[in-house]
Amino acid sequence: MSSLVEQTATELQRRLQASEVSAVEVASAFLDRIASHDDKIGAFLSVWREQALERAADVDRRRAAGKPVGLLAGLPVAVKDVFCTRGELTTCASKMLEHFRPPYDATVVEKIEAADGIILGKTNMDEFAMGGSTENSAYRPTHNPWDNERVPGGSSGGAAAAVAAQMAPLSVGTDTGGSIRQPAAFCGVVGLKPTYGRVSRRGLVAFASSLDQAGPLARTAADAALLLEVIAGHDPRDSTSADAPVARYSQTVSQPLEKLRIGIVREHLGAGLHAEIAAAVEEAIQVWKDLGAQIQEISLPHNEYAIATYYIIAPCEASSNLARYDGVHYGYRTDETKMLAQLAAERKAAEGNPARLEEIDTPLVRMYRQSRSEGFGAEVKRRVMLGAYALSAGYYDAYYLKALKVRRLIRQDFDQAFAKVDVIMGPTTPTPAYRLGEKAADPLASYLGDTYTVSANLAGICSLSTPCGFTQSGLPIGLQLQAPALEEDRLLRAAHMYQTATDWRLRRP
Amino acid sequence: MALTPEIVKQVSLLARLQLSADELELMTQQLGRVLEYIDKLAEVDTENVAPLAHAVELSNVFADDQVAPSLPREEVLANAPKRDDACYRVPAVLGD
Repeated sequence: MSSLVEQTATELQRRLQASEVSAVEVASAFLDRIASHDDKIGAFLSVWREQALERAADVDRRRAAGKPVGLLAGLPVAVKDVFCTRGELTTCASKMLEHFRPPYDATVVEKIEAADGIILGKTNMDEFAMGGSTENSAYRPTHNPWDNERVPGGSSGGAAAAVAAQMAPLSVGTDTGGSIRQPAAFCGVVGLKPTYGRVSRRGLVAFASSLDQAGPLARTAADAALLLEVIAGHDPRDSTSADAPVARYSQTVSQPLEKLRIGIVREHLGAGLHAEIAAAVEEAIQVWKDLGAQIQEISLPHNEYAIATYYIIAPCEASSNLARYDGVHYGYRTDETKMLAQLAAERKAAEGNPARLEEIDTPLVRMYRQSRSEGFGAEVKRRVMLGAYALSAGYYDAYYLKALKVRRLIRQDFDQAFAKVDVIMGPTTPTPAYRLGEKAADPLASYLGDTYTVSANLAGICSLSTPCGFTQSGLPIGLQLQAPALEEDRLLRAAHMYQTATDWRLRRP
Repeated sequence: MALTPEIVKQVSLLARLQLSADELELMTQQLGRVLEYIDKLAEVDTENVAPLAHAVELSNVFADDQVAPSLPREEVLANAPKRDDACYRVPAVLGD
């Protein structure tokens, strides 16, 4: 019998139901694994050891008494530190929220707990979910479990690394431009970005409200299906939440899809793609042919503009969302005594010069500016600046409005493609995991890493990444599958089919 | 549209950020490169294309007009960096 931490959530669920193991044993096994491994990985920002063991004991008691238990009863789940957890630190990996304890739980957290999932702790991320390497965390970087010198991807880097390093069987992340799928690809796990609105955003600290979406990371499609079934669904407290029925994904995931039509975007397999990733995707195409799928070439002509569109829309929404961090309501505030002394000195130096005096901030404005500048990291500042610039008078039409128009063209491309095929398949990332620090000095290079993922967020469709091979140096490669809005069931069943025909998901770092 | 340090400085006020001279210079350079890349959007013909602000084009999602309890004041104020019994405290707005 393999150790508990090596097992999938689905296997653990079966053994818990059969009372072969207790929820306390399962939680202890993962908590011990975190204690012994996370120093090296840095996947967690906080670990809820005591609460987790208490909740697990409660599940065991209820099960023993023959009382009903939830779908996740006794299954450990790691939660990205972007979800509000009542009374528990929710930092978004930012100094701004270092001491923030929300007064309520995110809907996703409520649902996991209502299903008797055991939350192990909060995972590391790029600050406010901005970045693709988890190096933008204000606290510590996360290391890729397959090669500790490399990044785990991001922004849900802690979530992906926790699953890959067997510190949690399930974790929940968020994806605004690839932040679930790209770390899933870099860490060799499954990551699903549901349709926009499929999972409630209530209590999810906002980055770009028209793009943000929460979703599961797990080792297999079946495990991801289980967690999605729990967290998906309409939430009257999120007005953008999709009011559509949720399939019982965990039941349907093992049903194969007949005569699946798969679209391949030829341009995505050419220039700019790492050769070993291209080869792995070609191999996946062959696997699908053997499974009886029909492969078709399709075209997404506006996809090459997706990055440019995204890096206008997301920063615009971010600059507006992050205006709430003002040093007044919650979060970090600068040292007021020092700030007022500095202002007094500036005024004194400008005495007799009305023009210069005029330029000096009022105490309130200076308090805002200084608090934000000390509380935010460099990438967050860049995006807030980019958004404020693109939305400012004189630039709005050229940038923001233009980007919204191109966004419609990007979505129309998908609408046309999905009239011909059921699923679109390709690489998740243009390169495998890179070294820590490699892209830190060049924001644009890091943005270009999102080239295959951002369009799904812009179009609002669902998309997942599943392992499809390894480079010669042993780094995982991700295969991206995309399906029309609200077709998570199709996506998960396709991923499950692929996984039963291959064994990439079984490798462990 | 070339980005200049003067524009970046002006935007930093709009964004309520305080940038040091070094940050200002680096920001001008980095944002300039990003904007140069973004300029490729100009190639796309968007004549007669309606803007898409939201992938799911919902409109008028109404909630029932029912009174429900709000969060208790004490819990909301608990995270304030500076407060008194009932309010947030800020530096003087109207001067001394």
